[in-house]
Formats: sequence, C-alpha cells, structure tokens
Amino acid sequence: MNHPPRHLLQIEGLYPPQIAAMLDVAESYVLLNRSGKTQRDLLRGRTLINLFFEDSTRTRTSFELAGKRLGADVINMSVSTSSVNKGETLLDTAATLNAMHCDLLVVRHDQSGAPAQLAQKVDAAVINAGDGTHEHPTQALLDALTIRRRRGRLEGLVVAICGDVLHSRVARSNIHLLTTMGSQVRVIGPPTLIPPAAERLGVEVFHDMKAGLQGADIVMTLRLQKERMARGLVPSAREFFRFYGLDAAKLAWAKPDALVMHPGPMNRGVEIDSAVADDPARSVIREQVEMGVAVRMAVLDLLSRRSRRND
Amino acid sequence: MTDTLITNVRLLDPANGLDQQGELLVRDGKIADLGAGLGRPDGAATVDGGGAVLCPGLVDMRAALGEPGFEYRETIASAAAAAAAGGITTLAALPDTAPAIDDPALVHLLVARGAETGSVDILPYGAVTRGCRGEEMAELGLLREAGAVAFTDGTRAIGPARLMALALTYARGFGCRIVQHPEEPSLADGGAATAGELATRLGLPAIPAEAEAIMVARDIGLAKLTGGAVHFAHVSTAEALELIRCAKDQGLSVTCDTAPPYFDLNETAIGNFRTYAKLSPPLRRDTDRLAVAAALADGTIDAVASDHQPRDVDDKRLPFALAAAGGSGLATLLAVTLAQVHGGGLDLADAIALLTVRPAKLLGSAAGTLGRGQAADLCLFHPERAWRVVSGELPGKAQNTPFDGRALEGRVLGTWKNGRLVFGAAEETA
Repeated sequence: MNHPPRHLLQIEGLYPPQIAAMLDVAESYVLLNRSGKTQRDLLRGRTLINLFFEDSTRTRTSFELAGKRLGADVINMSVSTSSVNKGETLLDTAATLNAMHCDLLVVRHDQSGAPAQLAQKVDAAVINAGDGTHEHPTQALLDALTIRRRRGRLEGLVVAICGDVLHSRVARSNIHLLTTMGSQVRVIGPPTLIPPAAERLGVEVFHDMKAGLQGADIVMTLRLQKERMARGLVPSAREFFRFYGLDAAKLAWAKPDALVMHPGPMNRGVEIDSAVADDPARSVIREQVEMGVAVRMAVLDLLSRRSRRND
Repeated sequence: MTDTLITNVRLLDPANGLDQQGELLVRDGKIADLGAGLGRPDGAATVDGGGAVLCPGLVDMRAALGEPGFEYRETIASAAAAAAAGGITTLAALPDTAPAIDDPALVHLLVARGAETGSVDILPYGAVTRGCRGEEMAELGLLREAGAVAFTDGTRAIGPARLMALALTYARGFGCRIVQHPEEPSLADGGAATAGELATRLGLPAIPAEAEAIMVARDIGLAKLTGGAVHFAHVSTAEALELIRCAKDQGLSVTCDTAPPYFDLNETAIGNFRTYAKLSPPLRRDTDRLAVAAALADGTIDAVASDHQPRDVDDKRLPFALAAAGGSGLATLLAVTLAQVHGGGLDLADAIALLTVRPAKLLGSAAGTLGRGQAADLCLFHPERAWRVVSGELPGKAQNTPFDGRALEGRVLGTWKNGRLVFGAAEETA
C-alpha cells in the first residue's frame, strides 16, 4: 500500500488491492505474535487513544494490545453517553484530543457516522471501532483474515451471515468486504431483522436456515441483543433459537467442513448452541480473537505510515 | 408619500393572467397602476427594473420562525431579513414554538411582531392541540377570531384518528383548514432517513416512504367522513401525491404543498452523514423527487412553501440520528423553484402562482396579486442571474441550508413591502 488511507472509517469504498494489502500486513503480524516477539520501536513515542463512547471490553483490549505490541503509548478513555448532550461530548472531546496531539484515535460510538464526523475535526488518524449500526471495519478484516488463512482465499467462497443483520455493523462491514473480494454472501434471518433493500448490497437474502446454509463454506452468526426482543422484532429468544439459532442439526445443512464464526460476545442458546461454538473441528471463534490483534496491529502500522514518513 | 414608478420590467401576475412588458406605479404604499406606457407623474421616483421580472411579493405558507422560545435559532427580525432577501412579503408562521401558539394573545403577538419588521406580514397558524402536544384540542374558534389563518401542530403529526376527525369537524364550523404533517408517527418515530439502500448502507434508522402515504390515505378518509378541509404539508412521495390527486378528482376538500428540497434533492444529499440535509420528512428516492416535480407541473400541488426550519450549529453538529431535522429555506425558495422552470418542467407563470396567489388563497389572504389598489408587495427578480448557495453567507440567522454549494439561477433584485423597498440595490432616481 503505497498510499494508505488517512483514516479507516468503513470498508465500503475500499478496493480489493487495498484490502488484500491490509490482510498481507496482518498476516506478517500473526507470525510475529506467534513467535513471541514484539516490534516496540515501530510506534515508539506515538500516542494511541482508545475513545469508547460505548462499552466494549474485547475490542478495546484488542486495540490496546495491538498498540502496546508496536510500542505506542496507549490511553483508554471511556466517555459515558448516558448524559443528555451526547454530541456535545463528541465534539468537545475531539477538540480536547486535538490539543493533546494524539496520533491514532480508535473510536467506538453507539451512533452511526460519529467516527466520520470526528475524523473531520481531528488531526489524528481515526479508526472506527464500531459505530452504531453502520460499520465495524477491523472486525471484517479479522474475519477475512481468519477465513483466508483457513481456506487460502476469499474468492468464490459461500459465506452465510445469520441473525440480526438489521442492527449489525459487523454484518455490513463483512458484506462490503466479502463481496468486494469476490465471495458469495448470503444473509439469513427473520424478515424483521433484515434491513430494507439488503439485496442491493450484493447479497442473497434467505429467511430459511436450511435453504440459506446449503453449500455454505462459512457460517457467521451475529449477536442478538435482548433489546430487540423488547422491541418486538422477535417474539422470544426460544423462538429465535428454534428457527435461527445455530446448532449441530442446522450446521449439518452447510458444507461438511464449513467453519463457524461469531464476532462475540456470544449469547449461548440464543444465536448459537454451545456444542457448535466449542467444537474445535468447526468453530474458529477463538482464532478470530487472535486474528483481531494482528489485524489491528496492521491497521495501526498502515495508518501511521503517513506520519512516520514525514518524521 | 411620493410616488414610485418601476419601469422596464416584465409584469407577471398569474392571478390576473398578466405577463407583459411595462411599468408599475406605487402610490401611498399601494399599486396605483400597471401596464405599458404609463406616464411618469410629477415628482415620482423612478426605479429601472432592467428588464427583470416584477411579480407579487412571495407568499410563504410554511415557515418556523424560532420566536417565541427558540431565538437562538432565528428571531422574527432575522427571519424577516431572510424573507426580504428571498422576495417573500407574506409568511405563514408555524405554531410549534415555546410557548405554542395556542392562545389568542400569542396570535396577536406574532401579527404585531411581523408588523414591527415593516417588511413581512406574518399570518399565524394556530395550534390544533394545546401546546401542540397532540392531546386536547386548542381553542380553535378564539384563535381564528384573533387572526389564525389555519390550524396545525407544526412538525408534529396529528396522530390519533379520533383527534384528527374531531379537529376537521370542529374547524369546519369556522371554515378553517387543518394542516397535517403527514407521517404516521408509529412508523416514523426515531427514523433519520428514508428507508432503502442508502439508509441500510449508512446504518441509519429508517422511515418508510409509506409512512406518508398511510397518513394521507387516512386523513383523506377522515376529510370525507367529516366534510372538513385537510391540507398536507411538504408532501414528498409519489404514492401520497397519487392519493391526493384521486381525492381532488373526487371533489374532496384536500390540498397540499411541498418544499424545494423535495423536488430538487434526493436522499443522496445526506451523503456521508451530512446533517444539514436531514429533514422531516426525510429526503426521498429520486423516483419520488421526480413525482413531486411532475405534481408541481400538473397542478396536484397547490403551493411551494419554504418549510423554513431554522437550526443552529449545536442542533446540527451531532451524530446524524441525533441531529435536529430541518433546513433553512427562505432565501432559496424562489431560485430553487425556478430551477424547475429552467429544467423545462414548469411554466414561469405557474411557478410564480405556486409561490404567490395559490398559497394566498389557501390561507384566505388577499396578498399574492398585482391588482390596482392592492398593497404594493412586490418582488423584482432576474430569472437567469446565477449565484451559489453558501452556508454562512445566507441572509438571516439560520445557515442550515440543505442546498449548501448548490449553484442556482434566479436572483431577487428588489423586494417592496407596502411600497417601501425592504431589500435590494434597485436604484431610485428622482
């Protein structure tokens, strides 16, 4: 990547070579991490701020670890969004961070587009760590890396994304990435949890798991939040599990060696059965976590190249 | 008061079918005469119109003023300045202020504050329900008596069918229209963009276009039931317009307006979370935009209103779904409407009728024509002169234009209120 992007706000709009290059760099960090070595000189003296307007232990920890392994000074900031003036907090925080001269800003927010708005106001490279129901680009990259390492390619694979697609930023980023890289993407879920015009994103829509999983190489399950049931989008967890929860019986409809993925944290017994989630022959859920650190190291590396070159 | 003779203009008065080169004579704040070859009375000042169009001052049937209660967004004085720059001399003000216009004293206040500006007449809407809260009916009769021209709850839809039926029935007794924000609340609440591919890609909570058609269908049914008169504000979808067309064909008392964003922009204007293009109702698909433009040309739409909704930076600089909806529209009302004329879809005279006499009639106002003896409320504009909309450089306080950066043709050169020049550089020579 001779011209790395200034920010990583979304997967939509990235070109195949850009994605492939990110995955290649991430691949090298997988090897580095497994060797037990670090590269603490790469981001030495640089500041990475994890700015989380929404609770997240896993993603924040993953970015923190990635930053530290590359030698950055990592600061975690959690900002409550329960206050009335959410947006004021966002822009005030942007001004504050700018004054602190931070180099890399990792942002999670419960509102779609918030990191993009922040990116217009700060000098730092902004990495979207999940915004509302819009995108979660590093999750899609780590999912792609996991798949590519297991299957050797992304092109031509049939990937089924199951569950609450409507509210899922993970689904959106994955759809953009996988369709861009030539995978065949399906989404499966009750019609109330499939967004309007989903097929316009280049996916095939299914409401029946048996039909949707037919011939699938990869089965991705999405987290179903309890709040969705409170809003009446699905009547109950047990009904959802009956029709869309991934158990061994449903997994049998996919290819015999199909891999099972989940972005975590899992609701066992809602969108995924423990027997499937914990099956080492099929589940790559723990591997996804490992790939997450490597992908985030690659993103930090690539997005800081612009400023490192200017040193 | 001396006379003023405005010469060298194209006189355009759709109400009287007038479209000719000529002059217009103002005496004592009224139109004394108009036509070709008027002599110049002794002592009259002369304004050379330079061949531009002289039409009645525009009548904007839907604008929020910010006053009382939201003066940080817009005051009546700042709105009047923006209106004058936009050629608007009569303006119907929405009642969802703080306090809401649900008391006769507040109606008087708005009329008086409009008169103070000297440049714009304010025709107040009265609230349909107390506080525009959508619960109990306001004192429609007393509000009417005080000068309210019609009733609406502003940007808030009258949700319960029973309440709407009641309001339509009761207002009928006073010969008044109920103006509805046609959006079924249970489908629209919490939404930020029109449902479809773009909202799905951006991960924004969506409002289906059908939320409008469903409310329009219901209220047409209620108008039929009650014999009341319903007016739909800022109609934005093909389906709703088709329903309105059918209702009009049946002779029901159903009318509607739209606003420039709905025939000039589509949903893509929200681009990468541009909150200035967040409106209520939301910008729609291009097929809907084209249907709105077609309905202007075929007469289904009765008026074009600015739908001016002033917002300040703090209202708009928020994550998209949390940002306030609404765009400023006074200064761009004429030029964006003229874009339809330049695009060939609309006659100039029809466009001006949509901005003058047609809304005036809906509001029961005598404004919007160039009749002899009428108040000299005038708008002089050059239909082809180009300019660019730049947020931050618009007249008035509200800079939240969805047209930021749009190049437009059609510029107001002068605005007169009761014969007095209230905007423009038109030169008077004695």
